[in-house]
Amino acid sequence: MDKMPKWADVILIPLISVVLALVVSGLVVALIGESPWRAMQVMVRGAFGSAYGWGYTLYYATNFIFTGLAVAVAFHARLFNIGGEGQAAIGGLGVAIILLNVAWPHWTIALIAALVFSAAFAAAWAAVPAYLQARRGSHIVITTIMFNYIASALLVYLLVNVFRVDGSMAPESARFAETVHLPGGGDFAGFLGFSATTPLNVSIFLALAACVLVWVLIWRTRLGYEIRSFGHSESAAVYAGISPYRITMITMLISGGLAGMMAINVVMGEAERLVLDFVEGAGFVGIAVALMGRSHPVGVVLAALLFGALYQGGAELQFEMPAISREMVVVIQALVILFTGALDNMVRMPMESLFLSLRRRREDAARKTPAE
Amino acid sequence: MDFLTILQILDSTVRLATPLLLACLAGLYSERAGIFDIGLEGKILAAAFFSAAVAFASGSVWVGMLAGIAASMALAALHGVASITFRGNQLISGVAINFLAAGLTVVIAQTWFQQGGRTPQLAGDARFENIVLPGAATRIRDIAQQGPLGQLYSELISGHSIIVYVAFAIVPLTWWVLYRTRFGLRLRAVGENPAAVDTAGISVVGLRFAAVLIAGVLCGIAGAYLATALNAGFVKDMSAGRGFIALAALIFAKWRPWYALSACLLFGFFDAVGNRYQNIQLGEIIVPVQFMQALPYILVVIVLAGLVGKAIPPRAGGEPYVKER
Repeated sequence: MDKMPKWADVILIPLISVVLALVVSGLVVALIGESPWRAMQVMVRGAFGSAYGWGYTLYYATNFIFTGLAVAVAFHARLFNIGGEGQAAIGGLGVAIILLNVAWPHWTIALIAALVFSAAFAAAWAAVPAYLQARRGSHIVITTIMFNYIASALLVYLLVNVFRVDGSMAPESARFAETVHLPGGGDFAGFLGFSATTPLNVSIFLALAACVLVWVLIWRTRLGYEIRSFGHSESAAVYAGISPYRITMITMLISGGLAGMMAINVVMGEAERLVLDFVEGAGFVGIAVALMGRSHPVGVVLAALLFGALYQGGAELQFEMPAISREMVVVIQALVILFTGALDNMVRMPMESLFLSLRRRREDAARKTPAE
Repeated sequence: MDFLTILQILDSTVRLATPLLLACLAGLYSERAGIFDIGLEGKILAAAFFSAAVAFASGSVWVGMLAGIAASMALAALHGVASITFRGNQLISGVAINFLAAGLTVVIAQTWFQQGGRTPQLAGDARFENIVLPGAATRIRDIAQQGPLGQLYSELISGHSIIVYVAFAIVPLTWWVLYRTRFGLRLRAVGENPAAVDTAGISVVGLRFAAVLIAGVLCGIAGAYLATALNAGFVKDMSAGRGFIALAALIFAKWRPWYALSACLLFGFFDAVGNRYQNIQLGEIIVPVQFMQALPYILVVIVLAGLVGKAIPPRAGGEPYVKER
């Protein structure tokens, strides 16, 4: 017998956790002497008040959908992939290599190539920690953290020594050709008021397609079933003939690939060249997004939208209320991870006893009525 | 490369290894008690900021360090509440603490000092002075004229802040506490088999909280050292991955105190060499500076791969303890 109805588990508890995180964030803003109410208004207006705001919000959300799905898929196999940051960086490397070295006639073909290369590079980067976890028993969290740092050092080295344009001091690659320019929000949704001033581009449709595919994979395929059963109980999965090695490897390859695709949005869609630190923490935001979205694609999209709004609203906040640093967004992100992830039981335990007592009262009432 | 140059590199090795060592020992207490701690980085950062800010405001580096330790312990307590009391995921809690520190330090620094997320430069009593041991020369010209032993004494052994000496003293202390005291035995036991400790009538929760808070104190000292001894003030993200290098050193050391010292010195050495030489030429091959920076992480991956020995973590690490009913 479940302690709680399903809707409480899936919607109510994450909602309470997020509200708690926002309330504590508001307290932080109040403590530094600013009005949390006004800060929230500025952020909401900055993120959703104009087509310009929406353009940036959706652009950030696209990144977070990819990295959030990456963490979510791994969570289903009870693997904590904290290496989205490094995997995305290496994915960007793949995008740059294929776009710089081949003269693509049209952006559609280039997009497919970039998709394949970003995913393949990032998946390869995730494969080593996956192998070490599956065959050597070394903890995937530790190895993926180490691989984040190795990826970052590798990227700096390559940008400075290999990709840098002769005569330029900036550690960035040459610009991609004009033909691989991805259509922006102004091109496909100009009627909604989007224009070329925002970095929103067609990658958002890739992200949404990835959500559908992940849903199909996890809940409608044999592999997804194996991933979920492995995540629920490794020993039961082994008993059912599921190979832990195979599931760990496949799950991490998918997870890494999804994280890598984030590079399409930033490297190909926005910067149109490989730049330093282009991931900008999106790999870590993915953790918050997956936790908040309960590892479900629909939840991931909603959480990614919230974080996209936080990032864009946070940028506006900095202009309108200079006393509040942009890093406030990182604080909110931390609190969301804390309340929806680590302090989950703090919300869950009282809710469970509440629902149990409600049910008991209902059963008591039902027992009394016929006796009368 | 002459003798004095080698000594100078070793000298900066010691300086750079000190925060790693303190954080590594912090992780050692926590993980030996069965609580994974990937929040070392965040605790160091929080301590660095609060020690610099309070040292600037009060003019006393000691008051600053206490504030840093308090901040670090507050985060440690949060980690304890999340992972011990509410049996949450210790890794997720650590991630949250890292971001909390990264964000809050800059937000508060901006409010207090309006200098773009940094504290003002510290000077005088607001910083830890270097201690000159008796008979040691301080000026580089005087040191150069000494014999090899004198150079070793003046350059390498003398002239560090008090925290460096304290950090090195904590290594034998930690060994003694872990392997020669009742508390240490219980601490190690609670990381291997908490149920057995519970059966003996000893509080698992209490022991784990004690370990987590000790880690908080040590990370606090590490942060204070970073902001008030190694540097003169706090800048955004100044811990720069040291918490994770310390974690790497801990695995490299296989969760043992003396090995932790060697691992931290080794990683400090990489850092010192990387700081001094941009690219190192070994015969025909040029080793880029980025490789030196990534070397600690690469080494840990090699160790974890089981190519050099095998790193076996405490058995109950990462598992919240649920009392049987």
